[in-house]
Amino acid sequence: MKDVLILGAASDIAKAVAHQYAADGYNVVLAARNAARLAETATDIKIRYQVEATTAEFDALDFAGHAAFYDALTPKPDVVVVVFGYLGDQDKAQVDFTETQRIIDTNYTGAVSILNIVANDMERRRAGTIIGVSSVAGDRGRGSNYIYGSAKAALTAYLSGLRNRLAKSNVHVVTVKPGFVRTKMTEGLPLPGPVTAKPEQVAKDVLKADHKKLNQIYSLWMWRYLMMIIRNIPEPIFKKMKL
Amino acid sequence: MIKLGNVVKFLAVLILGSIAGIIGTLLLAPRSGRETRQSIKQKGQNVLHKLKSAREKSADPNMKEISNWGNYPQVQVKFHEFEDLETLRKLITQSDEVIARGNGRCYGDSALAPEIISSLRYNKFLSFDKEQGIIRCQSGVLLSEILDVIVPQGWFLPVTPGTKLITVGGAIASDVHGKSQHKAGNFSDHLIDMEIMVGDGTIVKCSHTENTELFLTTCGGMGLTGVILNATMQLIPVETAYIRQESIKIHNFDHMMAVFEESENWNYSVAWMDCLARGKHLGRGFLTRGEHAKIEELSSKQQQKPLLISERLKLNVPFNFPSFALNTFSVTAFNTALYLKQPNGTVESIESYDTFFYPLDSIQNWNRIYGKQGFTQYQFILPKAASREGVHRILDRIAESGHVPFLAVLKLYRQQNGYLPFGIEGFSLALDFPIKNGLFDFLDELDEIVLEYGGRLYLTKDVRMNKSMFTQSYPNVERFINNVRDLNHGNKFKSFQSDRVGITQ
Repeated sequence: MKDVLILGAASDIAKAVAHQYAADGYNVVLAARNAARLAETATDIKIRYQVEATTAEFDALDFAGHAAFYDALTPKPDVVVVVFGYLGDQDKAQVDFTETQRIIDTNYTGAVSILNIVANDMERRRAGTIIGVSSVAGDRGRGSNYIYGSAKAALTAYLSGLRNRLAKSNVHVVTVKPGFVRTKMTEGLPLPGPVTAKPEQVAKDVLKADHKKLNQIYSLWMWRYLMMIIRNIPEPIFKKMKL
Repeated sequence: MIKLGNVVKFLAVLILGSIAGIIGTLLLAPRSGRETRQSIKQKGQNVLHKLKSAREKSADPNMKEISNWGNYPQVQVKFHEFEDLETLRKLITQSDEVIARGNGRCYGDSALAPEIISSLRYNKFLSFDKEQGIIRCQSGVLLSEILDVIVPQGWFLPVTPGTKLITVGGAIASDVHGKSQHKAGNFSDHLIDMEIMVGDGTIVKCSHTENTELFLTTCGGMGLTGVILNATMQLIPVETAYIRQESIKIHNFDHMMAVFEESENWNYSVAWMDCLARGKHLGRGFLTRGEHAKIEELSSKQQQKPLLISERLKLNVPFNFPSFALNTFSVTAFNTALYLKQPNGTVESIESYDTFFYPLDSIQNWNRIYGKQGFTQYQFILPKAASREGVHRILDRIAESGHVPFLAVLKLYRQQNGYLPFGIEGFSLALDFPIKNGLFDFLDELDEIVLEYGGRLYLTKDVRMNKSMFTQSYPNVERFINNVRDLNHGNKFKSFQSDRVGITQ
């Protein structure tokens, strides 16, 4: 039996990822703040897939507590999925550094803090898979969302470096870049149907990337090409665009 | 060297990419809600607004065009979802004309109202006792999901309709039934208890022994007492995921009735009837009956994993058929072919539960064969003694009318419990009609025949029955209406159907 640890398990994408892995036969640990609210989700997963599903208290911003959190896990996970993130409010963040810091710390520092610990353990065991959910927003900074975007860009770079380091130790690292996803976070927004994913689709892509040992995926797939174009718009033009 | 194929592919990607790029540039993901809404407003005329989903959303994110399985009627309604009780409570207490909706598999307007609360996201399993076969889940869980869990562990649903793509909440509200109705009764007969959120937002637990009036009014109560939250159900044990089936060719209506009587002790029975056959052929078709197969009845390959069946190939009807696709000629040809294909006498076989119970679930969107006008199912039941004469008269009228029913399903029923029971001891015939001019007037005429013989219509399939037909044909209407009024805080829960037939107004 294999074990997957989902960090930031309360989000819609995280829950969908948990279902996918459970359906694939994994025992699931759902880690999040106020983990008690995930008890029903854990029960549901146990009944549906006949695997073990437990909850664990985890706060991405409690850097000091990360080592103790990971130490307490038995058995150690075969797969760790970092889903937590914080979109934040760009306008507020521009004038309020607390908001900026929360965006950076949740999306980047928190991920680095816990993944450093996970990476060392997996490197020692010479086994494991780390999956980081970044964002297409990290592919190029734009005026309306660059604080979140830059934190995700940093996460993408971190994951890339981690992949490079751990490749020698038989540990695989996947970078996942979702585009639009219809979730609680984007509820009520007019997302364009053709390029908007359901959380279940993203979760399927994640499991597929794990199985196929892919390094970096976009979800939905067309975002790869959308972002290719966006990345290649010359800066003199890009800077004048309203984005 | 670059091959031509690659060049074409490259160009295609490039062109697609540029189009997508324009959209993408306008819409880099993700940004904050306020920001997106502002930018949408600013770009008033831009390409985004041509995307249908976006257009609907920008008007009122909750407005949605909804129709149920019959694709008629299609109405703009306020559509809500909930995952937790607080959200639901807010929705219920803030709206006055609302109905819960599951997977939208009722045929007509039972689950349509100015405001709809979808239970589809309220779909967690709560407990499963594998020893006793007792399962408890939230109301948005689909029967297909339950089967996925229970069948590999040796359990089955005691009652299942002809589709497994319905929610538990819908199954209770419609008190659904299936091929086992004559033996096992209806879905609600196997409920241990359930919880309902009523009009003032309180949660009430009810069962055969606790809050009995609420329980009986909710079973088959078409969602008019509140929103069903969860239910505990008793399952039946099975040795295998297969059904031992017998299929018997039927030559006429008397033969049909005789074979139904003779099949009384079979757990499952249902018949397909060639509804266009006339004269001495009237009532021809075939009857299928089945029992859960024992392990020793399976092939040696099936015996290796008796509780597992392989996933079926899924077909899809990708678009609405033109309205002329189903006409007397094509349906006669289809029915005759189906009848002739069936060998004489009795054919025995072992079928997976999927093929036996849910043949149409493997064809996604099969409702599209009726065209974009949609269709309705006219499902009536007549007391046993009147069935022969009544069915003859109705089929005669249909033959004269020019309205062509496509599918015709016949079944012998027993008396059903509850305040709005469809089942009486007798035969039910379900006929699918494409919607066209004059159909509803014609069905009003058929109603008179059904009424004359003491029969009634199934609400879950209905989209047009009038108040007088409903009140005359259902026995406990007054009590049901009174209960709904008492339990349902000022008729907060209502559907277009409940208004039409006079339960609410």
